[in-house]
Amino acid sequence: MRYAAQRLAQAIPVFFATTFLIYAMVFALPGDPILALAGDKPVPAQVLAVMRARYHLDDPLLVQYGRYMLGVFQGDLGETFTGQPVSELLQDRWAVTAQLALTAWVFELVVGIGLGVLAGLRRGGAADTAVLAGTTFVIAVPVFVVGYTAQIVLGLNLGLFPTAGTDEGWPGSYLLPGMVLGSFGLAYVARLTRTSLVENLRADYVRTATAKGLSRRRVVGLHALRNSLIPVVTYLGVDFGNLMAGAVVTEGIFNLPGIGQQVFQSIQLQEGPVVVGVVTLLVMIFILANLAVDLLYGVLDPRIRRARA
Amino acid sequence: MLARDAWLELRGRAVFWFSAAVLLVAVAMAAFPGLFAHLGPNEACDLRMSKRGPASGALFGYDLQGCDYWSQVVHGTRASIVVGVSVTVFAMLISILLGLVGGYYGGVADAVISRLTDVFFGIPFVLGATVVLVAFPDHGIWAMTLVLVLLGWTTMTRLMRGQVIAVKDMDFVAAARMLGASDRRLMVRHILPNSVAPVIVVAMLNVGNVIAGEATLDYLGVGLQYPDVSWGLQLNIAQTFFAEHPHLLVFPALFLTATVLSFLMLGDVVRDALDPRLR
Repeated sequence: MRYAAQRLAQAIPVFFATTFLIYAMVFALPGDPILALAGDKPVPAQVLAVMRARYHLDDPLLVQYGRYMLGVFQGDLGETFTGQPVSELLQDRWAVTAQLALTAWVFELVVGIGLGVLAGLRRGGAADTAVLAGTTFVIAVPVFVVGYTAQIVLGLNLGLFPTAGTDEGWPGSYLLPGMVLGSFGLAYVARLTRTSLVENLRADYVRTATAKGLSRRRVVGLHALRNSLIPVVTYLGVDFGNLMAGAVVTEGIFNLPGIGQQVFQSIQLQEGPVVVGVVTLLVMIFILANLAVDLLYGVLDPRIRRARA
Repeated sequence: MLARDAWLELRGRAVFWFSAAVLLVAVAMAAFPGLFAHLGPNEACDLRMSKRGPASGALFGYDLQGCDYWSQVVHGTRASIVVGVSVTVFAMLISILLGLVGGYYGGVADAVISRLTDVFFGIPFVLGATVVLVAFPDHGIWAMTLVLVLLGWTTMTRLMRGQVIAVKDMDFVAAARMLGASDRRLMVRHILPNSVAPVIVVAMLNVGNVIAGEATLDYLGVGLQYPDVSWGLQLNIAQTFFAEHPHLLVFPALFLTATVLSFLMLGDVVRDALDPRLR
């Protein structure tokens, strides 16, 4: 419990520092958003002053940030410069990205760990070589190349999946984008599981368990695998945040109306409030996921729990 | 001793020679593109040849502007190699310095460095880079490098710090300290050589990741801009036309993948050589 409190105490300043950094970077974007809103037409000085006052653009940055964070904790992400609440703009889009990231995450977890165990149990065998070569390749190919190739071959030529949009809903429309988004993490999880399992299978406690006459299935499943999955769980925890943030590329390829697409458009239109809103929420998810993993460690591994007590 | 053992181990691995050969070609293309391409970047383009596929005289066909695609792809090598290598070198120097200071002294310095690492670690890569790059629209290779270093030094710093903490309490460090070695001498002569190997391995793997990251930013349209030539930019243009003109996608993707793959495989075999237990 003390450990949990300590971790939380560390996470809070990190959260504020990261979000402030993002806030400062976004609002350092050159160009006056009010002038951009008016396009080519000249803006009377009076109107400009009123607008600037309304959006508190003349306050010091730290004050603006403080006011903004107060709002965030009350569920108010501010307004766009056209007056639409950011939270309303993002409402439907969150669901799309969350479904996409979750599909990718489950794919990573199930297939990644499966392949890793398959390779690790038969080290040096054909399956091991194939998994190692395949995962290195997948890590090396940039995600947008994977995306286009999958879209053409599996979607267009073979017609196995819809090629774009969310018309079929979950899971139909999300399977292919999810696999593309999760491919990098999957390769990583498989390699991590393999290495970790190989190391643990050679450990003394596994030899002891085998010597005591336990079945192979029990030795691997109950003893070696449980220990091997600790680094994998860490990665999977951290990666959920990465998937949410990395969805921008996949959403673009498969034309999914998620937050990634929205935030990318907003950056180019200098819609600062939307960008800050999304990134703040992403950072929050990221830090919470890290925290959850740290706390989960103790549950998975009694040694860590005791060492900390 | 370790380096010698590692070299003997490496010498016998086919993967090592293969990836080293690919990288040698890539570096040569980056340094002397004239040796491989008969045309300069964006030179002698003919719009009438736009998007034509491979034919005699044009091995890779033509790009959207009707430039010889082989020459364009060769000239694209430089951006990837320069960004990949320089980002990794700068990030590694930062992480060695911060890792040594934080790990060795502990206390306030360590706490500040660790929290700073956490802050930058928490910024999502694509979104963070996009925000900075859009804020400074006139950016070339060096601005890209700066942004990628800014977002990419954290992992290696954490690793280095952990290594230093593990090494600093070992007997040989204590022995050197008792002989009167200063803090700086301890760090540079004793702790650094014994803790840096895993960081170098991660750095090699990192070159591949940086190259892929740079290409992603180009592809999204926020990285390098025309008239710069890079694989990411070529892929950005290819995305609109690849269904009818697959050669636009295939060739830069092939070069990009081969380069990234070679850095990853090189990092893998070097790790195996330095730490045979993991194999």
